[in-house]
This record gives sequence, structure tokens and C-alpha cells, in this order.
Amino acid sequence: MSDLFQSLSEAIALIRDGDVVALEGFTHLIPFAAAHELIRQGRRNLTLVRMTPDLICDQLIGAGCAAKLVFSWGGNPGVGSLHRLRDAVERGWPAPLALEEYTHAALANAYEAGACNLPFAVFRGHRGDLAEVNPKFRTLRCPYTNQELATVPAMRPDVAVIHAQKADADGNVLIEGIIGVQKQVVLASRTAIVTVEERVDAFEELHPNACVLPHWTIDAIAVAPRGAAPSYAHGYYDRDNAYYIEWERLSSDRSTFCQWLDAHVLNRAVPA
Amino acid sequence: MTYTPDELMTVAAARLLKNEHVCFVGIGLPSAACNLARLTHAPRLTLIYESGTIGTRPSVLPLSIGDGELCTHALTTVSVPEIFRYWLQGGHISIGFLSGAQVDRFGNLNSTVIGSYRQPNVRLPGAGGAPEIATSCREVFIVMRQTRRAFVPRLDFLTTLGHGAGGDDRSRMGFITKGPTKVITDFCVMEPDAVTKELMVTSLHPGVTMDRVKQETGWDLQFASSVVETPVPTSQELETLRELQERTAAAHAG
Repeated sequence: MSDLFQSLSEAIALIRDGDVVALEGFTHLIPFAAAHELIRQGRRNLTLVRMTPDLICDQLIGAGCAAKLVFSWGGNPGVGSLHRLRDAVERGWPAPLALEEYTHAALANAYEAGACNLPFAVFRGHRGDLAEVNPKFRTLRCPYTNQELATVPAMRPDVAVIHAQKADADGNVLIEGIIGVQKQVVLASRTAIVTVEERVDAFEELHPNACVLPHWTIDAIAVAPRGAAPSYAHGYYDRDNAYYIEWERLSSDRSTFCQWLDAHVLNRAVPA
Repeated sequence: MTYTPDELMTVAAARLLKNEHVCFVGIGLPSAACNLARLTHAPRLTLIYESGTIGTRPSVLPLSIGDGELCTHALTTVSVPEIFRYWLQGGHISIGFLSGAQVDRFGNLNSTVIGSYRQPNVRLPGAGGAPEIATSCREVFIVMRQTRRAFVPRLDFLTTLGHGAGGDDRSRMGFITKGPTKVITDFCVMEPDAVTKELMVTSLHPGVTMDRVKQETGWDLQFASSVVETPVPTSQELETLRELQERTAAAHAG
């Protein structure tokens, strides 16, 4: 068996205080188990990068792990606000949170530029106030047509953290369903950590166009069954929409959130 | 059949969509309208969500733009960079269907902050896919509940470009797409004036007076020279919408 396989705590220990950590998974395959281990290990001053911060960043922010958030849409999808994110931005609790804000197109392009080893991404950008508050939005003139185009710097995180369905014995990783930006973020990052639903001996009847990350693109793999819940793992379990709705109550005030954190993250035994 | 203002808004929005449209769908009110259209008069309508699901036919409304339901019922699912770069930026989408927290008289949208950016009174979710949807889709429909707090004389933050400062502002910025062509609310339908691009009421929902719409609008609202009455929903449209919402509520309750 590949020595990529580690316990969840060993894998997450690759992340250091102050790292730029991209936890990706576009609504699907959100690496919650990995994030909870980050909270238990007490990491601080992280720059979190995530297109849709979702509950996972709300939890990391509320637990005091983050100094900065890089994102493009920060709500509880279909429900409303992320209250821990808002408390940090509006009232500095538990610590002030710097924001670096993009559009989905801009951040997806930035990840892709990182994966392509380009210094920046060029795209047909929006016009609006975002460029006024995020100086990383720039423009350039096309050298062939003189059209003005938008640019953002490539996103090159220190660490990528993703969750996937399966790893085979060699540590190759299979992602199915909504594949988001997972391939791009793994290839763009210095270190890649993957949690998986299960380890199998070999992938069977793999479609030739399946989304597979070869083992040599990955630094550590931890088996974490239901590691994406309350988001979902296509083919394993559904999105727990009722939990997303319940998060509105669990997160809306500090004491309820702290009780949730104690009960569901900090005091829980770490799986071996 | 009796109906609520929300139901009429959703039906009026759904009626704008045609079988041949390829529609990039925002979550919430747009998603309800787009799926109602697909389940009634436009069964061949192509719906695309920013999670990369192309040609999806969900049986219940998704809570998020990436529910498994969307992928399971899609023709194909591509990566997020691909959906934004190839399909949206590539010019393959005819309609963008959006909503927002604030809209101004030129159809510009705010979904970022209420108050100042650095010290916001309310931190809203942010841009998501909307800015590039609004510039890359051939035209944009906006569906929003109409209140004085939402229909404002000046946006606190311009997240998503509509017609900018009006007139030819949008085309002078280099955008060849039409921008917002319809705004559907729970009181009326608005369309931009051909020259000034200022939104004006072209259709009032049954029982809604001009004064009532003006009360809920933060600027001096203009009306077209001939304002028509929005047709009432048919019983088939209402039954389909209510069944969809009942299935959705049951599914999301878990």
C-alpha cells in the first residue's frame, strides 16, 4: 500500500499556522472532516481560500483559525447568511477577518492559471465596484486586437485540501459528479491533501474520461468516511439540506455556536 | 384560481423563457421561474447552473446551485473553470436569470454589502457568478421582490453591471450583449427605455396601481406610454408551481 495513506491527524499536520489553505469542493465534496481536524489542531492565522466559503469556512472562522478569507460567494446557499463570517467582518469576533473578494469567474480563472503555471489569468471581466476594493483586479490590452481584458494573479495556495470518493492502493484519486475546481486547486498548490470516502484495491470499469488525480500529484491521503457531510459525496450520500437550514440557528449567536463546536468538533474522539 | 403576488411574479418570469433558450440560472427566485417554464410551456429549455451542470432537469428545486439533484439529472457536468470560460465567456448562453439585494434605475445590481464596504451594516454573500453572467449572456432577466429598500436610487455597491449610468454607457465599455431587458417583480414588469436605458413599467399586475408601485420604488419611477395588465396565471401554471414547491419542501426537510 502506498505510503501516501496517513491518519487524518497526520495528514492535516502538514498545514502550518499562517499557511494559505484552499479547501475546495463546489457545494459537493466539501472537506468538512479535514476542516474539523484543522480546528482540533488549533491552527491560527490561516488564509482560507474557497470560492463558496459555505459552512466549512463559517466553522473555521468562528473557531478562530482564520486571519483572511479569499472567496467569491459567501452565503449559506438557499438559506441566507454565514453568521460567523458576518460576525467576524461586521464585529471582529472572534478576530478581525480580512477579505479578498472575487467573482466566481475570476477565482476559477485564477486557480486555472495556477494549475497552468502562468503568473496571471486573463478573461472578459465585469465592470463594477469589486475592482475598487480588490486591487488585484487589473486590466491589460490584448497585443493582437487592443481589446481591454481583465486580469487577476494566479492562485497558488500553500496547501490544497479536497475530499474525493475513492483512492486506489497506489493513491490515485477518483472524483465523480460535480468536479468543481478540485483538479485545478491540487495542481496549483505546493502541497495537496486528500480525504476519501474509501480506499479500494483498484478502480473498476473506470470511464476513460473520468476525473482522476494521479498519486504523484498528491502528498497525503486520509480515509474519512462521510468526510464531506453535511455536504455530499455523489454515489455515497446526499446533501443534508435540513442541516444547512438548521445551521442558520446553530450559527446565529456566539454561545450556540460555541456549544456546537465543543460538542461536535472539539470533544469528539479523533478516528484512528 | 386565486394566487399570491409571489406566484404571479414567478409565473410572469417563467413565461419569458422559450424552448430555444439556453439559460444560466441563479439560485432562489430565478431557479423557481426557470424550472416552472421547463415544466409548463418550454420543456426543451436548456438550464445551466454554475456548478457545471448543463441541460439539467431537476425534479425538485435545488437548495444550492450544486445539489446532487442537478448533476444526476444533467446532460453532462463540466468543471467550474470550464463552465465559466468555455460556455459562459464563450458566448453560448442566451439568457442569464438573476436576482439581487438592490437594483437601481438602470438595472445594476448589488449583492455585496449594505452600507460601506469596509464597515458594512450587512455583509451580503457577494458576487458569485453574477457579474460575468450579466456581461456574457446575450440578455439578462432580473426577478426581485419590489420594496423601497431593494429598488434604490443609488446602490451601496455595484456588484453586477446592468446599463451602468444609462444611455450607451454599457456599449461604450465594450459590451456587445444586451444587459437587463426585463425586470419582473411582485407588482409589475419593467423594461429599459430604448434610448435612456432607464427602467420603466410596461405591465402592471392585476389590481396593482401606479401609486402602489411608486411607493415601493426609491426613485421617480417612469411608466411606458401604454401600460398593459399582466395576464393572470393559468390553473395549470399554478398547480405545477405548487406541486414543485411541495416536492421541494418535502425533499429539503430531509
